[in-house]
Amino acid sequence: MTGNNHIQLDSNGRLKHFLTTEGLSRQLLVEILDNAESFAGVAHRAVKKVPLLRGKTIVNLFFEPSTRTSTTFDLAANRLSADVVNVNLATSSTSKGESLLDTLHTLEAMHTDMFVVRHSSSGAAHFIAGHVAPHVSVINAGDGQHAHPTQAMLDMFTIRRHKRSFETLTVAIVGDIMHSRVARSDIHALKTLGVNDVRVVGPKTLMPADIESLGVRVFDNLDNALQQVDVIIMLRLQKERMLSASIPSESEYFRRYGLTQTRLRLAKPDAIVMHPGPINRGIEIESSVADSNQSVILQQVSHGIAIRMAVMAMTLGSLSGSLAKNDENPDN
Amino acid sequence: MTLDARQIDSLLDDMTDRLRELLTSTGKTDPLIIGIHTGGYWIAKKIQQRLGLSVLLGELNIAFYRDDFSRIGMHPHVAPSQLPFNVEDRHIILVDDVLHSGRTIRAAMNEIFDFGRPASITLVVLIERTGHELPIKADIVGKSLGLKSDEHAKLLGPEPLALEIKKAE
Amino acid sequence: MKIQITNGRIIDPANGLDLIGSVYIEDGVILSVGKAVAGFKPQHLIDATDQWVCPGLIDLSARFGDHAQQGLASIASESIAAASAGVTTVCCPPDTSPVIDTPAVVELINQRAARSGKTRIFTIGALTHGLAGDRLAEMYSLQQAGCVAVSNANRPVASNEILRRAFEYAASTNLTVFIQAEDHTLRNQGVINEGAFSTRLGLPPIPETAETVAVSTALLLAEQTGVRAHFCRLSTARAVNMIARAKQSGLPVTADVDICHLYLTEQDVDGYNVNCHLSPPLRRLEDQQALIQGLIDGTIDAVVSDHYPLSEDAKVAPFNLTRPGASTIEMLLPLMLDMVTRKQLSTLQALEKVTSNPARILDQNLGSLGVGCLADLIVIDPNQSWTVNRQNLRSAGKNTPFDGWELMGKITHTLLKGQTVYPALE
Repeated sequence: MTGNNHIQLDSNGRLKHFLTTEGLSRQLLVEILDNAESFAGVAHRAVKKVPLLRGKTIVNLFFEPSTRTSTTFDLAANRLSADVVNVNLATSSTSKGESLLDTLHTLEAMHTDMFVVRHSSSGAAHFIAGHVAPHVSVINAGDGQHAHPTQAMLDMFTIRRHKRSFETLTVAIVGDIMHSRVARSDIHALKTLGVNDVRVVGPKTLMPADIESLGVRVFDNLDNALQQVDVIIMLRLQKERMLSASIPSESEYFRRYGLTQTRLRLAKPDAIVMHPGPINRGIEIESSVADSNQSVILQQVSHGIAIRMAVMAMTLGSLSGSLAKNDENPDN
Repeated sequence: MTLDARQIDSLLDDMTDRLRELLTSTGKTDPLIIGIHTGGYWIAKKIQQRLGLSVLLGELNIAFYRDDFSRIGMHPHVAPSQLPFNVEDRHIILVDDVLHSGRTIRAAMNEIFDFGRPASITLVVLIERTGHELPIKADIVGKSLGLKSDEHAKLLGPEPLALEIKKAE
Repeated sequence: MKIQITNGRIIDPANGLDLIGSVYIEDGVILSVGKAVAGFKPQHLIDATDQWVCPGLIDLSARFGDHAQQGLASIASESIAAASAGVTTVCCPPDTSPVIDTPAVVELINQRAARSGKTRIFTIGALTHGLAGDRLAEMYSLQQAGCVAVSNANRPVASNEILRRAFEYAASTNLTVFIQAEDHTLRNQGVINEGAFSTRLGLPPIPETAETVAVSTALLLAEQTGVRAHFCRLSTARAVNMIARAKQSGLPVTADVDICHLYLTEQDVDGYNVNCHLSPPLRRLEDQQALIQGLIDGTIDAVVSDHYPLSEDAKVAPFNLTRPGASTIEMLLPLMLDMVTRKQLSTLQALEKVTSNPARILDQNLGSLGVGCLADLIVIDPNQSWTVNRQNLRSAGKNTPFDGWELMGKITHTLLKGQTVYPALE
């Protein structure tokens, strides 16, 4: 079904690039979560840093503006002691294909070990992974409407910290599914981790064609969709959707799809509320819900650092010569 | 050659005696004990029992501090280090099962310093074997072994403890 | 010059011929097929034992590069590719640079084609000035200069009112309109078929209705204006259905499909395969089946290569930033023969889709081995297999989705008006 793995995994089945959650094994996703759990502890030390990636050079290559995502990648790389270069090309005109490759090769010539890429074109990270030198890893920090795998894994990490097992969960993803790379990556990760009941909720105008083929149930009524739900993932509504014919107005959107206290009561009493941020209060979510004790939105942000540390360490680790042995201390 | 649980126990008794003596003579009071995951932690636990439970025990996983990351990559399933105390200005007893190249101890000391600045570190190992690659010597050694470079000392445990010497395949 | 092609299997869909024998050619014209000509002394003898002798292929859509710039592909390079592939006539759509909207551009292309001499190039003139879609092109002048049809290619026409007037004017000039049916507002920024694949890959989708709404509009306006309408590159099952109904009701419409849509589907785009970035997009399996069925039942009259050689730069980018198009002219005949092997079409049927039918659509006395016809013909070794290797294509465009495919059928000779244009060394 998918041609993702031959490019994401090395010959030993280890993660070489992290481009999408689609097609990865459950074991590998759990390994990412477990490693992130180890790295999460680093934040509580006097020195919030481990020397794992000392001497490695990581380039944050952002063709699309994003303070939040680039900051957490930056911090994650720093906590692994890597050297980080932030290249922000969002404002320049070099988003055309030819110069994208030129940019890439120029940065590669500076002995880069990893590219963290965000680009407005779907498949851009695949494209870059297909053109880098063999010793370079690529992490997708969001490509068009395709994938945002580290966001999905930090969502899974947050869910795992609050819920006992994935198998029994009911998860609702609410809002602009059509334009959301987060929704797609979340769906693939949730399904792989064993969540049976994934619901996507939104108006037909924001629902991509044949989304059912990803194994989800489609709802256009939020009240119905929230029944017995354990996890609610609210998506950000981009302002430009108002300008297209996707929704009539912000206020009508909030009336129909905004998460209010009243609506939240339809879900299970211990349901958690998530959002990839930044949130539009009063459009996607009522302020009192965003600030309630059921909201885990700020936890998601700090979990993002641990997830990104885990993925960076795993992908750069995969490039080393031999397979990591299970032996704990092979070299005393 | 191997060591069984009974032989290890008597080594531990002897090591603890000498350790107590050393701590007293150097005036290192109220120490903390840190074992290196996994074998070092088993030994540390035994020493803690002999010293008395008032001495707090921590476990260090040096996976993120290894100097061979770029050769062998990430270890799967790294259990996080558990130091349930503040190391700042404290006397630390660092425990490992086998002292070989010295690289693990170097990594462990680096990691301890990222938790805080201890007053001192005393190194205790069950086995000190030949093959040092760094200027690191243990303060208390259970037994010294002259092993060939293709021989491998491995502690099995946690209950019962046993030491096995094997030829590398 | 007298040429005799001996002992070949002569297949001529225009005359329903399928026999073993000789073809006699004199002064670029076919003198006799099958029947011996008394006292004929050939200066050139081609032994076609175990080979097929057929009319040269007529490709209703192939782009030979931009005529303004010295780009990668040129009429010279692509004519060589066409001749080697047995294509003796191609139609060049008007959306080249410069747009074919004045007799001067037609003249320029004709001159270059004449200089190359490897294949016949017909131009399709612009329907609207500059293809901008807001005022009529000088269709009569274009026709006088040699354009065989008019089209707005894949550019939008500003309103249905203008489309209606353009159809009326073309009808009154007795020009066939080539219609690439696409509603540009429904296409929006789309790059692949709307469905499970566009959703998974996160690529902007093109709905089926982008084609069907435009086909429907064009059919109604064709009916009203009486213009001869030829629908280019159908891609959806529904559009095939609409054309079938229009034909049943007696409308003078014809249709073609490109070779890629007969062999590839949206699944081939998976993994962001930029060589499968085509316009119209590759569609579902059901659409592919309907296109094949349309060929079988005659709803679709012709198969085109829709050859579009592009430079590496045009394809080295994230999918939606690449240019659509594929280098296909060298695969057209072997893939048509493959449909015979798969028993989807008979040999005569397969060949008529690329010879006599396109000739009829163009209203040209070509694509036939009839006595007195121009000797555009090819000799094929149907049993010779070869593997497509993009680096070895004669076309300057290496952007083929068929790289690595194993195909049967190789051209051994191509004659244009009795002149051997392939192989080059004679």
